Amino acid sequence: MPFNEMEDTDGVRPPYRSVADWIEETGTELLGRRREEAEAIFRKIGITFAVYGEGGDPERLIPFDLIPRVFSAGEWLVLESGIRQRARALNAFLYDIYHRGEIIKAGIVPGELVYQNAAYLPQMVGFSPPGRVYSQIVGIDIVRTGPDKFQVLEDNCRTPSGVSYMLENREIMARMFPDIFTGGPVRPVDHYPDELLRTLMEVAPAACTGEPTVVLLTPGSLNSAYYEHSFLADLMGIDLVEPKDLFVDKARVWMRTTHGPKQVDVIYRRIDDDYLDPLTFRPDSLLGIPGLFDAYRAGCVNICSAPGAGVADDKAIYIYVPEMIRFYLREEPILENIQTFQCGRPDECKYVLENIDELVVKEVHGSGGYGMLIGPKSTKAEIEAYRQRILADPGNFIAQPTLNLSTAPTLHEREISGRHVDFRPFCLVGKTIRLVPGGLTRVALQPGSLVVNSSQGGGVKDTWVLRE
Amino acid sequence: MLSRAAANLFWLGRFIERAESTARMISMGQRMAMLPSTQGQSEWASIMLATGTKLPEGRPVTEADIVSGLILDTQNPSSIQSCLARARENGRAVRTALTQEMWESLNEDWRYLEVMDTQTARQQIGSILEWVRKRCAIFRGAVETAMSRNEGYNFLRLGGSIERADMTLRLLNVKYYLLLPETEVVGGGRDYHHWMSMLHAVSGLRAYHRYYSGDYASWNIADFLLLNQTFPRSVAFSYRQLDLALSSLEKSHGGAHDCQRTARNELARLNRMDINAIFDDGLHEFIDNQIIKTARISQEVSNAYYF
Repeated sequence: MPFNEMEDTDGVRPPYRSVADWIEETGTELLGRRREEAEAIFRKIGITFAVYGEGGDPERLIPFDLIPRVFSAGEWLVLESGIRQRARALNAFLYDIYHRGEIIKAGIVPGELVYQNAAYLPQMVGFSPPGRVYSQIVGIDIVRTGPDKFQVLEDNCRTPSGVSYMLENREIMARMFPDIFTGGPVRPVDHYPDELLRTLMEVAPAACTGEPTVVLLTPGSLNSAYYEHSFLADLMGIDLVEPKDLFVDKARVWMRTTHGPKQVDVIYRRIDDDYLDPLTFRPDSLLGIPGLFDAYRAGCVNICSAPGAGVADDKAIYIYVPEMIRFYLREEPILENIQTFQCGRPDECKYVLENIDELVVKEVHGSGGYGMLIGPKSTKAEIEAYRQRILADPGNFIAQPTLNLSTAPTLHEREISGRHVDFRPFCLVGKTIRLVPGGLTRVALQPGSLVVNSSQGGGVKDTWVLRE
Repeated sequence: MLSRAAANLFWLGRFIERAESTARMISMGQRMAMLPSTQGQSEWASIMLATGTKLPEGRPVTEADIVSGLILDTQNPSSIQSCLARARENGRAVRTALTQEMWESLNEDWRYLEVMDTQTARQQIGSILEWVRKRCAIFRGAVETAMSRNEGYNFLRLGGSIERADMTLRLLNVKYYLLLPETEVVGGGRDYHHWMSMLHAVSGLRAYHRYYSGDYASWNIADFLLLNQTFPRSVAFSYRQLDLALSSLEKSHGGAHDCQRTARNELARLNRMDINAIFDDGLHEFIDNQIIKTARISQEVSNAYYF
């Protein structure tokens, strides 16, 4: 049985007591109506999410479940220290692999996993970004498999998305049920944009002496996360720029304004490395800002996250994060990893192929829940087809045991029942590390489903972290 | 502000105004076509010509052409559906510069027309045109009540004023394209009805009466639509608005450009103008000339502010 977040054998668990009372008082009938209202509000505001290549509605809503997911103060204490620890270690790792490579010399991480990684950028070797921070926003996907057991599913060191849902979900809940927040035990999350801006300003390049000009770089309004880009830029009060709004002159980055060019100091980019600078990364591409990387290396602008930061969130590198924590921080990891088999190793590959119907198999570089196989939920034919793919390129696959993700109460029609959830907090790394008490809880809306990705029909919930 | 954002706001203002003006022009066509012993073909054709839309070849223009071409056609930049979709697109690209209410007014029911076929739209043409006017009014209301009077506001207002001047000029041009049947005389019943329909289309009937005491003379109506200083859809009024927006921009940017100079000269010229002189030189020539000048200001604005 998966861990039930709301109830155990003694009845409702303490952190969920206020939620249970609230459900009892409100009744599922009213909850159902409120959910429809919430959906109408989301639609009206335009909080949408595009799903590539599926046709249909190009601006789809992510289903929102009204019943919050709750962490007690004690649980959060563990999570918080674990998340901060991991964010520090990942940044230390990135600094190391672009400098002396101590962890490789020490024989802890195999060199080929780093240096032959598609996300590794030789252009970054020897360069130190401001504050030695590579990943200013670390999104860590965490699942719960028992009362005291939190495990990390994966790390996101590039540009993790979803934080707008954390903020909007709370906003909607507060609009609909103001009473439960007034003077209540739920810690606020709405200062996240301020904390993010503070973080970005802290990592301004040394060449910037005055108040840094920070911009958010988006691929444009057709991008699936465009809503989030504009939302964050708005709340931080910074310009939302597209690549064509920026240009480089004399190793400085400028944005085109109605007053003429204005210098930019920090770029919070929400575009991939490949599309940053065609001169450096993709000579065949017309996208990007020619010369940006030179300006970056000259210390005239900071790019957040740093180009090449993606090595640290690779699924093959993931396996070594607990070792990184021991190596760089000389601490024991607070959050566990999930046992992972690398198909690139013959003995582990053999095990995977023999037990494939009980495992979850993923592509090393995949994301968003695409291209994975959930053994217990797949047909014989699907498994066989996937087996062939593994055999063709074993190094490209990892496998994990099918997890018993915890379930949280979720409203379906007019019934409340448990659905599997995961959790993504957003850890900010500047001169100090900041973590807002909350994050994005994703929920698999289909009964029994383990896939919480929004691109695969998952929904979202408000996440409550309670005071002592 | 970002030049791209300025351009987006400018075009947002233009497209909202164009959507509404096109709706008004179609209402005018309906009214003009209502007279007995007419199939409305010539009325519909002149409206298509005035908006710069291609006429169907080898057959008369019908109401169905208007509905598909000027309301639903996504390929025609003047159709209501493309105006509203492009207004929303421009708004979406500068969401951070819009207030929540402005965005909601652009976003709500934005696919209403998308699912409509010509047949359905014809049956509901009245309520569609009404819906367009309301949407535009709600958008303007949202701007009026909560948008900061900053640079972005001036670009939005500038786009709206330029488009409004242009569309009122085009509205007047409808009358030029509209050939009276041989049995009718200038100043006769049909002619009279056409001119009056124009006043209806701009919601200017009452305001007109205040100035010209009930006489629907063509030169008075042209005077009202071109040169009146207080009626908000007149060309002179629109020019004053665009001059105000440009002056605010001049102040906030600490300098004038070609667009400011051209606008100022044109406004002064319009204010000196006499309707009799315009008729003497040819109303249609005057209008075409003014459409070109309005387009020139639009071009000069984008040169001045780097978009």
